[in-house]
Amino acid sequence: MEEPIKAPVPEQEEYVINMGPQHPSTHGVLRLVVSLKGEIVQNVQPHIGYIHRGIEKMCESITYPQIIHLTDRMDYLSAHINNEAVCLAVEKALGIEVSDRVKVIRTILSELTRIQSHQLFWATFGMDLGGLTCFFYGLRDREKVLDIFEETCGGRMIVSYNCPGGLMNDIHPNFQKRTKEFIKYFRDTLPEYDRLLTGNVIFQERLKNIGTVTREQAIAWGLTGPVGRASGLSCDVRKHNPYSAYDRVTFNEIIYNEGDSFHRYKVRMDEMWESMNIIEQLIDNIPSGAYAEKMKPVIKLPEGEYWQSVETARGELGVYIVSDGNKNPYRVKFRSPNFVHLAPLNLMSQGAKIADLVAINGSLDLIIPDIDR
Amino acid sequence: MENSQLAALAATIAPDSQVVQGKQFVEISLSPADLYSVAEKLKNNSETAFDMLISITGMDYGTDLGTVYHLRSTVNNNMIVLKTRVSDRENPEIDSLCALWPAAEFHEREAYDLLGIRFRNHPDLRRLFLDSTWGYPLRKDYKDDVNILAK
Repeated sequence: MEEPIKAPVPEQEEYVINMGPQHPSTHGVLRLVVSLKGEIVQNVQPHIGYIHRGIEKMCESITYPQIIHLTDRMDYLSAHINNEAVCLAVEKALGIEVSDRVKVIRTILSELTRIQSHQLFWATFGMDLGGLTCFFYGLRDREKVLDIFEETCGGRMIVSYNCPGGLMNDIHPNFQKRTKEFIKYFRDTLPEYDRLLTGNVIFQERLKNIGTVTREQAIAWGLTGPVGRASGLSCDVRKHNPYSAYDRVTFNEIIYNEGDSFHRYKVRMDEMWESMNIIEQLIDNIPSGAYAEKMKPVIKLPEGEYWQSVETARGELGVYIVSDGNKNPYRVKFRSPNFVHLAPLNLMSQGAKIADLVAINGSLDLIIPDIDR
Repeated sequence: MENSQLAALAATIAPDSQVVQGKQFVEISLSPADLYSVAEKLKNNSETAFDMLISITGMDYGTDLGTVYHLRSTVNNNMIVLKTRVSDRENPEIDSLCALWPAAEFHEREAYDLLGIRFRNHPDLRRLFLDSTWGYPLRKDYKDDVNILAK
């Protein structure tokens, strides 16, 4: 028999490949420059900026109600929660207390946003690891949430439903009925997700003890959201600094101590149950009242600095507004969770196989427009 | 820990700096020379224990450039704000905090990219979003011919 042709790259020699910017498993235009020895990852350098739109710069030349429409486009799967962060910051600066009705509706919609975001995570994560069925199941159920959004907010993904002082419109008469129908449906469907993916041995083998982050590392790298909580760090803004109606509902903060890819996945799966619990506590008793406070036609924030954190589906979003008293902000900074979560990718994937890099990247659930802003 | 207690404690940690109890957080205004040592003390002091860097914001104050640091203690669940300013717009230099918090690496690269603030002892200070031919867009004197929103 003939000798097989030798590979041109010896196994001990390091070589570099580009993953992205047009790679399906990078979930957007993210380019990873990966150094490999054989199949083992030595170093990952993320190159970002392909979808940088200069949102922070744009904010400096527009008014506060207009900023809402830009924050939608950062983390487009948590659009509603991003808007809420800006609204809460503006309301805090002006000393406006919105009605209980607004608080409750915002909370319900935030939790629906979280559910649909985690559904899409589940769908694409399964697809990253080779299970195409998940993608259809996940998107099928996500449509039901998007239909609720469409009816009440007018938009499906980019909702722009919050505005400083309350909501753009009152909820649709069908809102409560359809949300309850969805919760009932999804309580029966969510166990199906577990049967399909969570218990699968191949799935577990590819995720357990891969991309492990300890609690100390999570603190040092500033990881929040499901990524931080999978490493045992209690960092849920809804628990620690409750906003809107989170102080009047009971729910558990999901924490695992393993810190690997599988437990980042588990946190999100369990959070969907908690989100449904929160919605069920609120949906039947939405208080009556105004859906928006009366605001001045031109909103000017008093001179000063304002910080507001919210818990998006991916972690802590911080909005830092510096005002000089004009109708435009002097400086706006968005501390976006995905930007922070991308930084330790090199740490997580060193020593892993290149196929594991796809799994680790998927378990971080990165949204690239939120990184680039 | 209450903010008033924290302000008193911060005043002992950073005696040469101005400690203000703001509306939300305690704010410390530092000279660039003090920044690293004060941040290190705030992190390692067991009472303050600011172990988590939340964000770094690059600022253009018109004449000065500066950075704003939001730190959080996961032990006490509170936050503190550090501020520093440099007046040299041509070559602004501030100490990097990467040795204290690895999270600072990306935040500082962002501030360098958008405001041109150089961080001393940063392990890998390259531009993050834009290529090297761009100016520094978040500076107030940046001329933007493309943005139709800019007035």
